[in-house]
Amino acid sequence: MPQVTSSLPLVRARGLTKDFGDFRAVNGIDFEISRGESFGFLGPNGAGKTSTMRMVSAVATPTAGDLSIFGLDPHHDGPAIRARLGVVPQEDTLELELTVLDNLLMFGRYFDLPRKLIKERATELLEFAKLTERAHDKCDNLSGGMKRRLTIARSLLNQPELLILDEPTTGLDPQARHLLWERLYRLKSDGVTLIITTHYMDEAEQLCDRLVVMDHGDIVAEGAPRELISQHSTREVLELRFPVDVTTPPIDVLSPLADRFEVLPDRVLLYVHDGDDTLRAVHAAGVTPVSALVRRSTLEDVFLRLTGRTLVD
Amino acid sequence: MSIVTVTSSVSTRHRPAWFRALTYEAAFYSKTWRASVISSFLFPILYLSAMGIGVGHLVNAHTGLVEGHTYLHFVAPGLLAITAMQLSVGECMWPILAAIKWVRTYHAAVATPLEPGDLVTGKVSWLGARLFVTTAVYAVIIACFGATSSWTAIFLPFIGALIAVAFAAPLIAFSSRVESDVTFTMLFRFVVVPMLLFSATFYPVSQYPVGLRWIVQLMPLYHGVALCRSAAFGTGSPGPLLAHVSVLVAMAIVGYVVARRNLRRRLVS
Repeated sequence: MPQVTSSLPLVRARGLTKDFGDFRAVNGIDFEISRGESFGFLGPNGAGKTSTMRMVSAVATPTAGDLSIFGLDPHHDGPAIRARLGVVPQEDTLELELTVLDNLLMFGRYFDLPRKLIKERATELLEFAKLTERAHDKCDNLSGGMKRRLTIARSLLNQPELLILDEPTTGLDPQARHLLWERLYRLKSDGVTLIITTHYMDEAEQLCDRLVVMDHGDIVAEGAPRELISQHSTREVLELRFPVDVTTPPIDVLSPLADRFEVLPDRVLLYVHDGDDTLRAVHAAGVTPVSALVRRSTLEDVFLRLTGRTLVD
Repeated sequence: MSIVTVTSSVSTRHRPAWFRALTYEAAFYSKTWRASVISSFLFPILYLSAMGIGVGHLVNAHTGLVEGHTYLHFVAPGLLAITAMQLSVGECMWPILAAIKWVRTYHAAVATPLEPGDLVTGKVSWLGARLFVTTAVYAVIIACFGATSSWTAIFLPFIGALIAVAFAAPLIAFSSRVESDVTFTMLFRFVVVPMLLFSATFYPVSQYPVGLRWIVQLMPLYHGVALCRSAAFGTGSPGPLLAHVSVLVAMAIVGYVVARRNLRRRLVS
């Protein structure tokens, strides 16, 4: 396999655009992903994440813009690129009628790997996915978490240099999520480049070295999770809860105390540098909330600030 | 243990992508064949017994020979054509929509080096190969019933494969655009079953009024039935035989081209 020199980005997009009829799903975005990096795409539903993933997977053709993967053009070298990729789609795409092991053995055929090699790797990957005991069970009988792990195991059969995961932990219970994260760390430490889309902010903070936030087809922010928090939010957040019968909290008193504040139906959020200090000031001003909570700013605060609180369907 | 070594020294075997899709289909069948063995072999034999022996008894008693053959012998090659069509059509409706929409395995396939067109080629060639074997077995069975009277019967498996491909390709083109499986029920009721009944399968085309015969001849299956009968009995002249083959080959080619285009649009858009 030709090794692209590490100074070149593994994935490079310039003005990447995807239209579906009159609808513009991805609006001329630019990004670069380096080898060994774990890169996140965040955004609400319909932000254009999945369309971007499908283009980066060399499956969907961009409407406009330049895209290079491993230094190759997906339009001409789609099969060669896909031979070096692993893709974990949003919905499982397993052969439900086949056993866990057969799912791996069969999928290896698509990469034209020798039978013996497929078998060796399948055994290793079942171990990796903690599915060795279930090897001969029908796939249909697996839990959601097991199916996801099998899908990830399947995506690693060709030993991909780049693994693309579209919402890998959606619908999983916390135990299953943590197991998956742990496996993804292992891949990362093995040198696999990861691209992850998610709308779980804790997942993005845990897994991503760098990420972009997408909204309505545009990239609205880019950076490391901590950078984004310091750029787009304050260090801490003070959450004040007021009794239900207080229809309007004393905003005129609170607003001078914070860099930025937000009034939600049940509480007021004050974005501040030092939450305890501000809470004392709130009490000193004679405001008595039912409860007060000081917490660090999270990526979720950044996300909601950038993409809004309106429900997206 | 390192699961992925980034400097991958993958030794691939350089078999064409469509052939990998074909071997996938074959391997899948080898693991799931039990579910379909009844429709593959038992139904044709049941049909043959019921129609050939049961109905045949009545026909022979009342009208004697049909085009110079006992009814069992007359109907047996037509049943071979029906079997080839039915199995092929069945494989290209629900399973295709399932792979696109429900279990979505085609989406997994196009994330590998395969292109949508490879999936079409793999499926069509697999069905050709599978129906070649199935109709070969069937041909041996009807030969045991004495329903073949010429060496040309060795062509029956080839005709079976041709019928399979001729129906598979356009059906994949169709199924690649379907949104709901209700459409398949309609297609089965209003196209497949009437064609199965009225393609001169159970009685000769000469039984139809002259003005209606052209409708029968418009049915694609009619050409398959006619070819099977010619091969079984060693009858038929080159002109009509060529015409029958041409119709089926044309269906296969046009269907194949459209199927590749449609499946690409559906999966890759």
